[in-house]
Amino acid sequence: MLASRALSLIGKRAISASVCVRGAHGVAKVEDYTLHPYFDRRETPLPEVAYVQQLTAEQKSLKEKEKGSWAALSNEEKLALYRISFKDSFAEMNQGSEEWKTVVGGILFFLGFTGLIVLWQRKYVYGPVPHTFDPLYKEQELQRMLDMRINPVEGFSAKWDYENKQWKK
Amino acid sequence: MSLPKPVMRGLLAKRLKFHLPIAFGVAITTALMYKFAVTEPRKKAYANFYKNYDAVKEFKAMREAGIFESVRPAGK
Repeated sequence: MLASRALSLIGKRAISASVCVRGAHGVAKVEDYTLHPYFDRRETPLPEVAYVQQLTAEQKSLKEKEKGSWAALSNEEKLALYRISFKDSFAEMNQGSEEWKTVVGGILFFLGFTGLIVLWQRKYVYGPVPHTFDPLYKEQELQRMLDMRINPVEGFSAKWDYENKQWKK
Repeated sequence: MSLPKPVMRGLLAKRLKFHLPIAFGVAITTALMYKFAVTEPRKKAYANFYKNYDAVKEFKAMREAGIFESVRPAGK
């Protein structure tokens, strides 16, 4: 009630084309994107809407015939009715494509490109490694690990020959 | 247009009848292979290691190497 009164105050010419006043209610135009879309999916075999929304005269008469006995329909008419309701058959929608080759190729290409970036970074961005990577320091580390008998059963120290002070053959 | 009626029932049962024995077989085989390739050799390695293990000798050797903080090497 309020909406119609407010609109009559403003003037009928001010009413935009998308608002239609009927009695006490204003009805908005239904936008296309708010309606159910049609899509072919194996998981949902029956979409909310038919594929063909605007029927030709021929298709309309076919739909009328569909209301009668289906045994009276010929095979072509049954196929035409199917194609009104659906876009692809299951066989058509499920068929594979060659897209995967492009995808794998793109993945490998960008992996390679990332590798180049990482190499550049290692050379031009990072500073020197800590002193603990010096060969002498590493030797001392190794000796200390052997002295401590790290993993003496199956692992590190198990491979060292303590009698002859060398790695086991 | 007269196709045979497709199978409508018992689809899961049919799939399980095929795949369950395979699944169990693979699982059991993996377990057995792990047992005989990993755990049994490991048990043998530990048994052999400790068969002639002299703890005091090892301790003395480690002490001489100077890795302990509570015991100095002998003679200091």
